[in-house]
Parts: sequence; C-alpha cells; structure tokens
Amino acid sequence: MQRRAFLAATAGALAAPALRPAPAEAQSASRAETLLLVQEYGPNSMDMQGIGASQPVNGVALNCYDRLLSYKKVPLPDGGGHSFTLHALEPELAESWQEASDGMSVTFKLREAKFHSGRPVRAQDVKWSLDRAVSIGGFATTQMAAGSMEKPEQFVALDDRTFRIDFIRKDKLLMPNLGVTIPYVIDSETAKANSGGDPWAKEWLKNNVAGSGAFKVESWKPGVETIYARNDDWWNASKPKLRRIITRDIPSPSTRRALLERGDADVSALLPPKDFADLAAAGKVKVVGVPVPNGIWYCAMNSATGPFTDVRLRQAVAWAMPYEKIMQAALYGRGVIMSGAEGGPTTAWPQPFPYNTNIEKARALVQQAAPGGITTSVLFDAGQATVAEPIALLVKEALAPLGITVELNKVPGSNFRGELAKKNSPMVINRFAGWLDWPDYYFFWNFHGSNSIFNVASYQNPEMDRLIDTARFTSDAAAYEAAVKGFIGMAQREAPVVPLAQPLHDMAMQKNIGGYQFWPCREPDFRAFTKG
Amino acid sequence: MLRTVLSRLGTALPSLAGVVVITFLLTRVLPGDPALYFAGPVASPEAIAAIRAQLGLDQPLWTQFAGYVAALFRGDLGTSLTTGRPVVEDIAARLPASAELTLLGLFIAVGIAVPLGILAALRQGSWIDHLCRLVTTAGVSLPVFFTGLLAVYVFYYLLGWSPAPLGRLDSFLSEPPARTGFLLIDSLLAGDTEVFRAALGQILLPALTLGIFALAPLARMTRAAMLAALSAEFIRTARANGLGGRTIVFAYAFRNAMLPVLTTLGMVFSFLLGANVLVEKVFAWPGIGSYAVEALIASDFAPVQGFVLTMAILYILLNLAIDLLYGLIDPRMRKVA
Amino acid sequence: MAENPALPAARAPSPLAALLRHARHVVGENPVTAMAFGLFFLLLLCALLGPWIAPHDPLASDTARALAPPSLSNPFGTDHLGRDILSRVIVATRLDLGIAICSVALVFVLGGLAGVAAGFFGGWTDRIVGRIADTIMAFPLFVLAMGIVAALGNTVTNIVIATAIVNFPLYARIARAEAAVRREAGYVQAARLTGNGEWRVLLGTILPNILPIMAVQMSLTMGYAILNAAGLSFIGLGIRPPMPEWGIMVAEGAAYIVSGEWWVALFPGLALMLAVFTFNLLGDGLRDIVDPQRRS
Repeated sequence: MQRRAFLAATAGALAAPALRPAPAEAQSASRAETLLLVQEYGPNSMDMQGIGASQPVNGVALNCYDRLLSYKKVPLPDGGGHSFTLHALEPELAESWQEASDGMSVTFKLREAKFHSGRPVRAQDVKWSLDRAVSIGGFATTQMAAGSMEKPEQFVALDDRTFRIDFIRKDKLLMPNLGVTIPYVIDSETAKANSGGDPWAKEWLKNNVAGSGAFKVESWKPGVETIYARNDDWWNASKPKLRRIITRDIPSPSTRRALLERGDADVSALLPPKDFADLAAAGKVKVVGVPVPNGIWYCAMNSATGPFTDVRLRQAVAWAMPYEKIMQAALYGRGVIMSGAEGGPTTAWPQPFPYNTNIEKARALVQQAAPGGITTSVLFDAGQATVAEPIALLVKEALAPLGITVELNKVPGSNFRGELAKKNSPMVINRFAGWLDWPDYYFFWNFHGSNSIFNVASYQNPEMDRLIDTARFTSDAAAYEAAVKGFIGMAQREAPVVPLAQPLHDMAMQKNIGGYQFWPCREPDFRAFTKG
Repeated sequence: MLRTVLSRLGTALPSLAGVVVITFLLTRVLPGDPALYFAGPVASPEAIAAIRAQLGLDQPLWTQFAGYVAALFRGDLGTSLTTGRPVVEDIAARLPASAELTLLGLFIAVGIAVPLGILAALRQGSWIDHLCRLVTTAGVSLPVFFTGLLAVYVFYYLLGWSPAPLGRLDSFLSEPPARTGFLLIDSLLAGDTEVFRAALGQILLPALTLGIFALAPLARMTRAAMLAALSAEFIRTARANGLGGRTIVFAYAFRNAMLPVLTTLGMVFSFLLGANVLVEKVFAWPGIGSYAVEALIASDFAPVQGFVLTMAILYILLNLAIDLLYGLIDPRMRKVA
Repeated sequence: MAENPALPAARAPSPLAALLRHARHVVGENPVTAMAFGLFFLLLLCALLGPWIAPHDPLASDTARALAPPSLSNPFGTDHLGRDILSRVIVATRLDLGIAICSVALVFVLGGLAGVAAGFFGGWTDRIVGRIADTIMAFPLFVLAMGIVAALGNTVTNIVIATAIVNFPLYARIARAEAAVRREAGYVQAARLTGNGEWRVLLGTILPNILPIMAVQMSLTMGYAILNAAGLSFIGLGIRPPMPEWGIMVAEGAAYIVSGEWWVALFPGLALMLAVFTFNLLGDGLRDIVDPQRRS
C-alpha cells in the first residue's frame, strides 16, 4: 500500500503542470527576439587564432569579429537560406580594394567602424591582427600560409584607413583566404592594454572578445552555454534581426532531436544523418542541407606500405565498395554518391570516380594480385562512429567474399590523429573538407608528396606532385584545366582513395526560423537568422 | 574529538598520495598526444613541438610529476585544454550541480528504501518482503544510462510532463544569487518560487534515475539491520516488559539499525557521486562527472587529475563525517576512539 | 566497509549433505530464488549454445531490411544495418557472461588471497593490503575503470582487468574480515596442532571455509561487472565492433529511441537487465543458503 501511495505521489508530482515554467508576459517579447541553438559542444576559447581552439570557436570569430572581406551569398534551392561562392568577394571592414598594376600587392580602404570598446577600427589594428595570425603558430599560421601570407612584413598600415598587403608570390588563394575565420580584426589597443606583457595577449583574448562584430559575448560557461547579445553599434546598416542568441551544449544527439521536435529549441546542428532524414521526411521542422564544398567521405588505402601498395588491390576495393548500401544505411541519403562516373574527369571537385559495385571485376583483380586472400584492418574515429562505423561494417562484409578479411580499429578522437600521423594504417575511413574550395587545394593536402597528415593513403608520385603544383600556381586557364583533369584522372586510376559520398552539412530548425547562412567554417551565422 | 579528526586525516594521507601518483601515471599512459590534438589539423612538426614544450610534455616524467605536485601545493590543478579554463574554477563551478543532483537522488532513495526495508523486515518472508527484494533488485539491475534515456523519452518526449532536459535551469530564467550553489536552496533563499519550481522540474528526472539505482543497497541494509536488531536480546527484553510494537520498532530497533544504514549511506553517496557520470551525460547536466568524461576522451590530463583528486578528498571527508556521526549515535564508539 | 551484520561471526565447517538439503529447503521456500536459478540456467544455455540457437547470422547485414520492427522472422526486429537483434542478443550472452565471469574470477583470486593473507597474518601484510584497498576505494570507481580501459586500450582483456581492479577492495575486505575471525577458531587451532604450517592452514583450512561467503559476493559482483562493461561501452570504451555485446547494442540503440525504433535498445537492454537481475537474486539466494541465521 505504501508503495502504491508513493507511486501515485511520484506520478502526481511529475504530472503537475506547474513544473513546466510558463513563460512570463515580460519574457515572451524577448523570446521572439532570442534564438536557442543546441549543439554537441561549445567553444573552448574566444580566440580562433589561439592554439587548441575547437570547431565552435569559429562561430565566435564569425559573429563577434569582422574581417576585411566576405564572400558573395548564393541562394540555396527551395529557399532554405544561403550558401556562398569563393569566386566573388564582398566588402566587410574594407570598403573597397585595388590590386597594384604589377599584381604584387593589394591596397584596402577601410570603412568607418567601431570596436565594442568604442575605439575606431584603424589600419594599425588590421596589421596587428594579421601579424598575430602569421606569428602565433599552430592552425592560424598554417591557414594564413595556405594563402601565401607568411611574414608580418607583408602587412603595411599606410594611414589610419588605408592598409596594404604585399605578395611574396602570386597566389589565387590569398584574397579568398582573407574571408575565413582566421584573419579577423582585433581591437589591438584594448588587447595590448590587457595583455599583461604578452605581445599577442593570448591569455586575455582567449577569455575576452575585442572585436567590432555584430554580436558580443554576454556570458560564457564552457561546456554549458554561451550567450551572445547583439551589438547595437555595429557599422552595418542592416542590423541582425535577433537580439540574443543562446547556445547550449547538449552532448546527446537524441536529446537535441527531441528538443527540436518538441519545439523547445530553435536550431540544432550536427545530428546523425538518420535524424536529419527523419526530420526532413516528417516535415514538422525545416532541414537545410548543403553539400559540403570540397568535402568527401572516403576510404583510403595505404599505398606506401602493406597490402594496398598493389594498385590492383586498391582497384578491387573500389569495385567491391557497396556505394548504394553506404548511402542508404550510413548516410540515410544525406549526401551525394561518388560512384559510377562516365566520360572522363572534369574540373569539378568532389566528383564521382568511374567505379561502381561490381563484385566480378573485384574478384578478378584479387585473383591476380592476392589469390590467397589477405587480412587487414580499417581505422576510423570513434567520434565519427555514427557514420564511419556502419561504413566500416559494410566494407568488412563486402570484402569478405573476396578473401579480404578486415578487422575494425575504432579509436577515440584524441588518438585518431596520432594514428594517422603514424601513416601505417592499411585502410582508413574518414572525411575531409577544405575551407578553400579549389580542387588543387584539396589535392595538395590529400595526395601531394609533401605527405601531410591528410595524405592518409601516403600517396607519393612525382607526376601527381607536378600536376598539383602546376594547377596551384599557373595563371593560365587552359593549363589549369589540363592539370586539374590530369590529377583527378590519375587519382581515379590509381585509387589511393575511394570517394564514397559528398556529405550534406545539415541544419535543422523550426519553421519560423529563416535566413540560414552557410559559410566555409560551417558554423551558423547569427547575423542572418530571422524568427517569426 | 579533534584528536580523532586529526588522526583519521593522518591515516588518510597515504591513500591520497597513492591517488595522486596513480592518477598522474594513468593519465600519462592515455593514448593520444594532447599536443597533436590541440595543434590543429594541419600543424607542422615544429608547431607540434612548440605546443608540446608549452604544455611541458617534452620534460622527463619525474620533472612533470614534480611540477604537478608543486602546483598542487599552491592549489593549482592546471588548466583544462578543452574548456580553456583553470581546472579549480571549472570544478568549483560544477561541483554544486553534481552534489545537488546526488543528494536529491540519495534523499529520494532513502525516502523509499528505508520504509521499504523496515516493512520487509517486519513481514519477513511475506509477499511484501519478496516484492521489496524484486523491486530493489530490478532497480540496481538497470543500466542508469538506459533508464535515463527511457525516462527522457517517456516523460519529456511522449508525455511532456517533464521540462526539456537542458541542464539545471531553463535558459530564459536567471539564476538566483549563489549562496550555497544549490539552485533549489538558493531560489528559496531568494524567495523566487518560479525559479524553484523550474529547477525542481529539471532535477527531478535525473535524481529519480539516480535514486532508483541506490534503492537496493539501502533497502537491503535496512532490512538486514532491522532483522538483526529485532532478534537482539534487548528487544526481547523490551517485549517481555510489555512495550508496544510501535515503540519497539521505532524507538529501539530502528535506532540500533541506523548505524549500519548510515555506513551504507556514506558508501552509496560516494558511489553515486562517481556513478552519475553517465546520468549527467544523458541529461546534459553540467556537473563534474560529465566534465571528467569529456576530458578523459580528449586525453586532457588536468581535469581528470583534478576530478579524481576532488572525489578522493570528498570520499575521505565523507567517511570522517560518518565516523563522527557514528560516535554521536552510538556512545560506545566514543570510548573506543 | 563494515561487514554485513547478517553474516555470521564464526562457523564450523558443515557437511556437504546438510548444505544441499538446506539449499533444497531454501529454494523450495523462496520462489524468487527458484526463479533466479531457472533464469541462470537459461543464460548459461544461451552462452554455451548461442551460435546454434540463434535463428540468423548475428553479423549478416541486410540494408534493405534496416530498422524493421519486430515480426515473425525477426521477433526482436532488426538494427540499423538490418541485422537480426534476437540473434545478436543471444550470441552476445557468451561474451557478456564471459567478461563478468573472468573479471570476478580474477578479483576472487587476487582480492580473496590478499584479503585472507591480511586477515590471517595481520601486521605488515594487513597494513599493505589495507592501504591498497583504501587507495582504490578513494577513487571514483567507474572513472577509475574508464581510466584504465582508456589507458590500456579497449579490449576484452582490459575491460576484465579494469573491472577486477575496481572490485578488489570489496573482496579483500570481506576475505580479511572472515579470515581474521577464524584465525583463532577451534578447528584452525586443531589444524595447527596436527603440525600443519601456517600457509597450509591458510589454504587448506581457512580458505575453504570462507568460500561460501565469497561465492555470494561473486554472484552479486557478476551483475555489477556486466553493468560496468555496458557503461564503458556507452561512453565509447567498449568492445570493438562488430562483436555483439549488450552494452554497445543499448548504446547504439539509444540513438533510435526518440525516432520511435524502440526495439533496437529495448531488447538488449532487457537482456542486460535480466542477466544482472538474475545474478543479484542468485547472490541473495546463495546468501540465504550460506547464512545459518535463516537456517533455523
């Protein structure tokens, strides 16, 4: 009896509607101007240039700081919002710019804008910020170098409102690279005043924002939530529609989905593909998917060591790969399939390879190369297991009838990069996306003989290197096209990597949320969101 | 009394030292190179080496350990690489959330388990006894992460009775001024019933999930201790002297049965404080358990070390408190001490 | 920490026949214990004959039938790769029970011997074992298990080792307490007088006498060992795929609860629960058999 009484009491307590806080009248107004975004994890710093900044820090850089320039927005099909093109640049803090007649420098004219501190934005601030990016080390410096910005001497403040960048070589990536979330402009005087002696104010900027951007950080509780408030003194006449953005860290994806479906959260990123597929099909909330530019899921085979040094085995795997099943059971259709190309390579990237699932061709190749069969293993990141594990299991199953026995090697995210750096894994399932959307940029990181950590197949081929280098630095359109088609065709024949699918970057949101904007850094742009 | 406290703390020191050494060694064997992890995807070998030097990872192990211990004496637990903040601050900010959740879970468990255990002891062998055993055993057999997910699904997603599992408080409400760090108490102190109700709504499901898990040891111990007490000499004497059933059960038997229950309570508390790692993960609870898990997965040494050390200190203090309480309840213990 | 007051302070060795008779009595009197024994044999059956009983290949995927609800051909439904959940649940029994049995056996040997030696010899042995146990107890146990598995790598062996280490203090303490009270018992003295050395007395006389109490503890910790392994899997430190294991299956299925595919998590969850439940009840039942207070 006592037990029953207790159960009744518990049920009563849970049922009490009073437990659901009813929005007070005063709050309802602010709710209409507030966006609640749920994400897996939040920023670990406020400084994207700093060492060890996590992916969400890009969002701080994007929304709280401004850059010299930005990219042209391109509307997405079915009115889902906007994507971008890197081939048309738009002014941000720079009102206009002019390339020198010798083509070896560019001069920017800055607009009138104020930092959050109230200080005006000056060319000296731009110089300090870019000096910092090329000197601070780590990811920021590497990213700057990708656009041939390597030394502080390249940056010159001519007067308060005029700024010049000198080129050390002609590089088509330099200008687009100014729009990514690294070369943002910092309030240098405020930063230096608080630096405590550190020339780059690393500690202070890690914990504070000193920008001119459309949002300020109102509160930051790492691992819990970050609250952004609109900067009403922003230079841009078209102010953000939303006053406040609350981002909460909710590690469980099914909780994020539940929050969205019940209308308690406005926007959620990074759900498993299945959830996006379900949500899109159910139609209660809006799902916007953008094919990740310059990004693919792939299966890499080590062409420097182990069984897959034999090109026939790599091709056999490419023919055995269950592309359709992977699209269905791992990506739930949230991607673009990368198999069955016909008619030779084009200059697009990503593009399908000329393989499809054909067990007979695969078996014939294995018969030639390894009639006794082989035993090998496939490496993937536990942090990406939602997609990578089903792929690995399907690959294992597809290769078994060929006499290729595959063991699964699932390692935690902290260890994954270390495993890649060893360069001895025979097979790896992984994804890669380059910020700067050029095929030669992708191929430089993934297939060049400089053997970066992203060259997971450890592919080395002087002819490949020559084609990639030609494409990177030629200014002749025809030579560029020939080189790109050349290296893509070579990758298709040599198959150090089998592309599986180009993933969609999905974002789910309530139907009353509009203005979604997709950028290379993949973090949502709060400046563009609308509600109501 | 003071001497008891000091001597108990003295004997705890070697354990604490053991914890420090083992944790340090364990975190160094963790796979994954933090320098590589935090250098970013396209770091050059020089950049990685620079970060390694910055983190002090290029030093020999004993130098690192000496540095760690020296910092420990200054109250410095290092800096978390994942949150980017001093570990002491992180833990101080998150400990109240974990403690509040654990305490409420424990209260719920005691509220159910103790009456259940007494009842089972009084009706030994009856259907109540069997039912008590089945229910509590079922409770301890549930994987907490499974119960938690199921609870969220049923009470939030399907029925909508419980608020969104978004942590400790609805984002649109502001926290009361922190006095104890426990939202339930702080909101009452501030006289803010709306916040109190909201916080209670948030904490109820995770606390229940945790509480169910603690039912079994408490109910079992209550039952066993009651049985032992009821069959003791002095109860028989009391009965023979014609004392009523109620008086015997509550004034004599239960008072004596409290001692082992109290010991169990202490153990269960420290166990729950560690076990709510999983509950915190499911309910997005901003406690120290979820903090430690994330850090461990990221091979982030400092928070793991800080967490383990905090828990060890808590455990030692808790046991000390229980010993002292023991002395207050049972006068015989005072003489022994 | 304090030993269970329900346990007797000292007991003379009892003949096996009496114990068996008593066991029959307890099982007959207590339907719950009888049920637990029944469930235990069912689990044992699945563990031994799993691959032959399972209706389908537990590893064979069929993406066309992914996430199919329970039906006649797949009574527990299929998972995200179209694998038969019933078959996976059955086949997983061997692995899960195996982990639990191995870890419990390991800690029984390590903790039991250390504890008995500590209780019997006292002095330095006692102090060292006590310190080790204290130190382990001061750790948050699940996090310690996580740390060990994360550091050594997530293999079956390491999960077994981690679970054993975490349970060490419990076994050491119980064995110590039991050995300490028997040190001067009459039958031990008798064994000494007949010229047996201390080690012989320890292994030949004391150890067999505390076995029943340790057996109770083993059954209870079996359940904990299974939960521990499942919890590790949930965090992502479990056994490597594609081996079916209950904890991993629940963790994977958890993602499908909100989307309405409840069967993916529910059935492995139930199996997991049932196994832990069985071992807990079994432990209770064994305690009744071993416990002379109930033997009146």
